[in-house]
Order: sequence, then structure tokens, then C-alpha cells
Amino acid sequence: MKTNYTYSFIILIVILLFCFVLNISLGSVSIPFSEVIGCLFGTTDNNTWQIIITDFRLPKAITAILVGSGLGISGLLMQTLFRNPLAGPFVLGISSGASLGVAIVILGSGLFGGLFASILISKWSIVIAASLGSFLVLLAVLAVSSKVRDTMAILIIGLMFGSITAAIVSVLSYFSTAEQLQQYVFWGFGSLSNLSWEELLIFIGIYGLGIVLSIFSIKGLNAFLLGDNYAKSLGLNLLQSRFIIIFATSLIAGTITAFAGPIAFIGLAIPHLTRQIFRTSNHKVLLPAVFLFGAIIMLICDSIAQVPHSDYTLPINAITALIGAPVVIWLLVKQRKMMF
Amino acid sequence: MINNKSNTILKTHQLSIGYKTKKVETTIASHINFQLQKGELIGLVGANGIGKSTLLRTLIKVQPPLSGTVEINNEDIESTSTLELAKQLSIVLTEPLLSKNLSVFELIALGRHPYTNWVGNLSENDLSVINNALQLVNISELKDKKCYELSDGQLQKVMIARALAQDTTIIVLDEPTTHLDMYHKAYILKLLQKLTKETGKTILFSSHEIDLAIQLCDTMIVMQKDKVVCDQPCRLIETGVFETLFPKDLISFDDKTGSFRVSK
Repeated sequence: MKTNYTYSFIILIVILLFCFVLNISLGSVSIPFSEVIGCLFGTTDNNTWQIIITDFRLPKAITAILVGSGLGISGLLMQTLFRNPLAGPFVLGISSGASLGVAIVILGSGLFGGLFASILISKWSIVIAASLGSFLVLLAVLAVSSKVRDTMAILIIGLMFGSITAAIVSVLSYFSTAEQLQQYVFWGFGSLSNLSWEELLIFIGIYGLGIVLSIFSIKGLNAFLLGDNYAKSLGLNLLQSRFIIIFATSLIAGTITAFAGPIAFIGLAIPHLTRQIFRTSNHKVLLPAVFLFGAIIMLICDSIAQVPHSDYTLPINAITALIGAPVVIWLLVKQRKMMF
Repeated sequence: MINNKSNTILKTHQLSIGYKTKKVETTIASHINFQLQKGELIGLVGANGIGKSTLLRTLIKVQPPLSGTVEINNEDIESTSTLELAKQLSIVLTEPLLSKNLSVFELIALGRHPYTNWVGNLSENDLSVINNALQLVNISELKDKKCYELSDGQLQKVMIARALAQDTTIIVLDEPTTHLDMYHKAYILKLLQKLTKETGKTILFSSHEIDLAIQLCDTMIVMQKDKVVCDQPCRLIETGVFETLFPKDLISFDDKTGSFRVSK
């Protein structure tokens, strides 16, 4: 079965490598292409360029790959589990949980007062707050989901948790200063840059665990395509598989939100894009394909967002939707039929 | 009733079916006792809303019985693990397929789920079972089509092939003939009969095609308001079970032809 797709996968991997190198070679400081390659292999003499490449552009490109592929995969898991084309990685309230954590740290810091506040708003505190927030909301959803048998009910519950956290954020914003609000809004734009190698390692670790869990879920995901009753009749342990899929999604989407902010759209769009192009719902093909598509699209979006040869960096969240939405619309109109 | 115990594959004992919420227990049918033999085609009939689907759902462990037991191979299904049960019993349901984006081959291959490894790779043996299922149902030429390209009749055959690929001793089908035209209704039921003969599997289906079931089934389970009867079709006709199946004001049963007629 897989041999039919080998050709497509090779093309995608080549495109991914191309986008990766392109992404690294573009930026506010223009570095000749040969020197970029030199920096990657450590054979250059220019120290400044070497630092720009290894400490800034390379981590950012890797972050882009992790974010794009991770959001794509968690979107795919959610769409299959909930059998809902509108589901994305954030339907379980993961992003709203993270937003709540960050909002409490940034907007609520005034409540803790002066010196304490300035310590609180460091980079790590935001990462920890976002992780804690998404983790707690997720725990709540998981606790509920082990009691509720209906998958659709879990979806609604996730959305309800999202509404509750959004409401708390609104209340917090109402009592905040303009400065705090601005900081919160900036976090909401999403950002792929400023990750140190140290942070990146933690990121990759948790992300990797989520990916491994998703790979182990491939068989179950395919069974879920037939519906709950059929899946059960095939010997699938519904509660356990559902738990693993939700857990994997939360690990992936949770860390991404913690490190890069709530990046919308990619998680919803990439699985659709992949299904339209590969024309299959078999997860053995979809999972690696979504990984590659997600990484490629994110690298392209990031290359555009940093506006080559200028000092501007546009919010990545805006770019993903600006580039992605027309692509999905175009595909749906062209093929007239949604693959799901 | 044939009383050859070694051949009994599915047995219910004082089975009571229905729905239970925290406060209320709604019993739909109780004191259900029947035994199904290996290699038989069994038709389950009864009026709308009498509880055919509930009975089937209880037999396939989608919902628990209120009391009593269902035994497959002398083992209570409530104590059988989901994976073990998946190797004993496969199903074809009325619920629409959620993803029609799979190819016929991929869909049938999902039937091998209980036997494949953690990532679902198909072994040589799996492939031959799948091809065998395609041939038995006579749909080898549809193999590479996508499920959304199929007609209702073709899709039903594919779902039957998927159940065959699961390689179980029992196949349970919930109203396999709904949405089909007269020819395909007969075709599907005839196919089921052929399968029991050729594979020795026990096939249980619910249906409103009582005339066809009488002609094709080895055994029939008739659900009535107060009791559930299980016997050979000819004996059921003799005892006049079918006459009491529906109110007499509109249709009546003709025991000479074994079919229902509209009253003039």
C-alpha cells in the first residue's frame, strides 16, 4: 500500500529540506548563501554570522518545524477522534487553558505588587504558566471524558471549558493596565523566535513523547474511522485509546502553546490540506504526510513573517491564516468535495 | 429445537434486555432463551419498536443485559475481553460509515485489526484472508474503488466482506437489507445463506423481509410483545406465530405461500 506514496513522500522531504535552508538563509541581516551552508557545517570564519545562524536562525527554523508538524498532527488526531472536520488541537480547551495561565501571570501580576511582579514576568514564568494552564484544563477534560461515553459530549465540554477560561481572561483584561494588555496581546500573536537551545531541548522532549504516542495510536485511529461501535467490535479498548489520543494531543499542543504562543489555523487546516492532496484517510499515510506538510507550511509562513532584509517581524499568527486560508478555500473549491 | 449441544455456538439464558438509568429500568423483553447452532442462517423478525435492535445490541455487547446471560462458546460475553470477543463475533451495523474516504481494500483490511501488530501491518496470511473475503462476496473488482463511489448495495457487500475478514465464528447484521431494492434484498440474504453453507459460520440478521427470511433461514427468532420464539420457519408457520405478529386489520399471513397479504 505504502509504495504508491513513496514518490510523494520523497518530493515532500526534498521540499522540506529546501524550505529549511531557505528559512535559515533569510533574515534581517543578509548572509550569502554559501556562507549559510558554511555556518551550518561549522566551516566559516565569520563569527557574527556563525552566531546569527546557530543561535538565532537555526533554533527558529527547528521551532517552526516542531510547531507546524505538531499542530498538524494534533489537529489530525482531534478530527479523527471527534469525527468532526472543524475540530483542531485547541478544541479541548488547551489553548484557552494556556491563555488563562499567561493572562493570570501578565494581567494579574498587578495584584501581586511591585518587585514580585517583575520577577514573575520572565520568559520561563510565561512558559510554565501556559503549560500549567493547558495541563489543568486538560486534566479537567480528561476527568470528565472518563465518565462521559459520548465522544461528541467531550467536544462540547472542551468548548465550554474554553468559554469559561476566555471569560476569566476578559475579566482580568478589564482590570489591567494598557501596558499589561499590550504584553498579553503580543503573546497572543505567537512567536517562533527567542528560544534558546536549552528550551528547545525540553520542547523536543515533550513533543517527541507526544509524537511517539500518536504513532502508537495509528491502528486505533484507523479503527475509529468506522465509528465507536465498529471500533469496539474490532477489539479496540475505546476508553484507553481515547485517553492516549487526547493525552498525546495535549502534550504536543500544550508545549507548542507554551513556547510559541497560541498559533491558530495550522492545526485545523493542515489535515484538510493533506487529505485533499493525498486523497486518503489511512493514518499510516496521513500521519507522516501531515508532519511534512505542517513543517513545510510553517517554515514558509515564518520566512514571510520575518520580511526578508528588513527589521520587521510580522505576527506569525496573522501570516499562517493569511497564507493558509486561501489555500484551503482554493483546494475545496477546486475539488468540490471535502475529503474526510 | 435441535438439541445437539456440542453444536451450540450462541446461547441466551433468561436474558432480559432494555435500558437502565440511575432511577428507572425499562425492560423491553425478558425471559429470552434460545440456542443458535453452528453454520446456521438465523433471521430475527418482529414489528417495529419491538426491540430487535436492542436484542442485537445486547448480543454484541454494545449494551449490557438487565439480567440473564449471553454465552458464546459456553463463555459469558460479559466476562470475555473486547479483543477475545472481536475474534468470535463480527458485526454489520445500520449506522452510516463515518469516513467513506477509505478504499474498499483498506476498509476490509480493517477487519484484520484483532490479528495485526501494533501498527496494523498486514501479513501474507492477512492478505489472503482479505482476498478470500473479496472473492466470497464477489466484489474483487471493487477492490481499489473508494467507498464514496459505491452504491448502497455495493457498500453493504463491502461491509459483509469486512465482517468476513474478521474471521469470526459468528456474524451479526442489523437490518442488512434496508435501503436496498427488491433484487438486492434477495441478493444479500441469498449471499448470507451461501456464506453459512460455504464457510460454516453462524450468521444472525434482523430484517423486515419476513417472506424472504422464511424461505432462506434455518432458524428464525420471532419477537412478539410477550414472548420471543425461536424455531425452524416451517414449524413457526405451523404454530401460527406469524399470524399474531401484526394487527390483523391490515395484513394477514397466508400459511400456504408463507407470505403476508394486504387485506382487501
